[in-house]
Amino acid sequence: MKILVGVKRVLDPQVKARVKADGSGVDLANAKMTMNPFCENALEEALRLREAGSADEVIVVSVGGGKTQETLRHGLAMGADRAINVVTEEALEPLAIAKVLKAIIDKESVGLVLVGKQAIDDDSNQTAQMLSALLGWSQSTFISKFELDGDTATTVREVDAGLETITVKMPAVISVDLRLNDPRYVKLPDVMKAKRKPMDIIELDSLGLDTANRLTTLDVVEPEGRAAGIIVANVAELVDKLHNEAKVI
Amino acid sequence: MSNLVIVEHDNNVVATATLNAITAAQQIGGEIDLLVAGENCQSVADSAAQIAGISKVKVADNAIYGHHMAENLASLVVDVAKDYSHVLVAATTFGKNMMPRASALLDVAQISEIVEVKSADTFVRPIYAGNALATVQSSDAIKVITVRTIKFEAAADTGGSATIEVISGGVDDGLSSWISQAVSGGDKVELTSAGIVVSGGRGMKNGENFAILQSVASKLGAAVGASRAAVDSGFVPNELQVGQTGKVIAPDLYIAIGISGAIQHLAGMKESKVIVAINNDSEAPIFQVADYGLVADLFEAVPELEAAL
Repeated sequence: MKILVGVKRVLDPQVKARVKADGSGVDLANAKMTMNPFCENALEEALRLREAGSADEVIVVSVGGGKTQETLRHGLAMGADRAINVVTEEALEPLAIAKVLKAIIDKESVGLVLVGKQAIDDDSNQTAQMLSALLGWSQSTFISKFELDGDTATTVREVDAGLETITVKMPAVISVDLRLNDPRYVKLPDVMKAKRKPMDIIELDSLGLDTANRLTTLDVVEPEGRAAGIIVANVAELVDKLHNEAKVI
Repeated sequence: MSNLVIVEHDNNVVATATLNAITAAQQIGGEIDLLVAGENCQSVADSAAQIAGISKVKVADNAIYGHHMAENLASLVVDVAKDYSHVLVAATTFGKNMMPRASALLDVAQISEIVEVKSADTFVRPIYAGNALATVQSSDAIKVITVRTIKFEAAADTGGSATIEVISGGVDDGLSSWISQAVSGGDKVELTSAGIVVSGGRGMKNGENFAILQSVASKLGAAVGASRAAVDSGFVPNELQVGQTGKVIAPDLYIAIGISGAIQHLAGMKESKVIVAINNDSEAPIFQVADYGLVADLFEAVPELEAAL
């Protein structure tokens, strides 16, 4: 079985997003970029399945221009067998990304798709569900446990009320949560090895898909900040403030 | 304009998050219909019909919708949605799971977690863990929207008299099956609707220590929450997590105990009316958003706080 893992290059989660003065978006020039954390969990799970003998190939795919290939090289260094970069300088919406991934999957006879539950830049939380819909496959989202059992898989989902267990028919599209696993660290020899692994470059236009964005961003602003309050000396003063000043208890 | 709001429920009662989504639909304007899909869910349909300002409640009562599996539900939503200009659901794990699937089948974009309605086609949504707010305009014929509940008041759940329309049929695609749900709940106060939340982080050191937060919470009638660090460390279950990838809440009072205040945690609680932070590290970023900060050892301060209440 081949596993396809979709990954996204995003602003490093430790870096605070800065809104551009002209309101056109977030300033990413010279900012530290990294593989979206949830995508690392998805890739880690794929690698573990291959190591357990449940899969023979793990393909990482990313849609984007610029230094997207750097992020794919990181995926190869983690252990993916090969990479596909669908190149575009446009920032595509999740629906378009889902269409692109479907086009790749149609060519590759993939048996399982693993992706992160959301990207920490646009926080959309859509791509897995959309891809699953376009493929007509089963889906399980926000999972923290995955067990493959022949032509079905048992998954544990992190939902508002707790943990939900469902089984899905394979092939399936799975979106993963952070508690699924701890992604491995990349060692220097892995980085060297990754340089020799195959990377296919596909121009977005060559796929002949309607990937036009449906949303126009009119404006991006910083939210109103919260001013820091006061430091109280002790618990008695805290309780007094909550009673008499804030009046919340 | 015509709005369809997908009702979240447990086959018995309407989830309150649905009422917040209805308010967003009211701000868009036009008629509002509801879709109730479930199994033996007549009581949900009956109470949904009482919600103020609803024209019609469409009910699909069928075993295939009993556990709200995304595949069957999305197919149903796609069939029903064709008659509407806007389809909305609360951005809970229920809504986040099924709505993008319906959106893709309709070949439209989803506008995730709106916090403001600017007009019928223009909405504000947070990006980058709420560190930026984007105003986006949709060119799609059907606007598929999930609603961040804390930014919209709950609609009145009485005073309405909607007609109930039965949707029959529905085909099970057999793609996924529900097995079980583990809920630790009990009689504890629900996190997303609590007026006061007492949250613990890595500083709590272990799960047993959360007992001291629980007793403060009980005195205040508060819910207990947690940072991702506390959940990852196994101190408390996942449904307590507050933050970018957990629950987004806005109680009247949020007490952060032993929580450093990472960007990702702040994303889930910075809209709270009053924030209190108790932490022994005076440099912790949580103090930058706290109205009242107390630099102290939480294992001394929390029992003292409980005694003082």
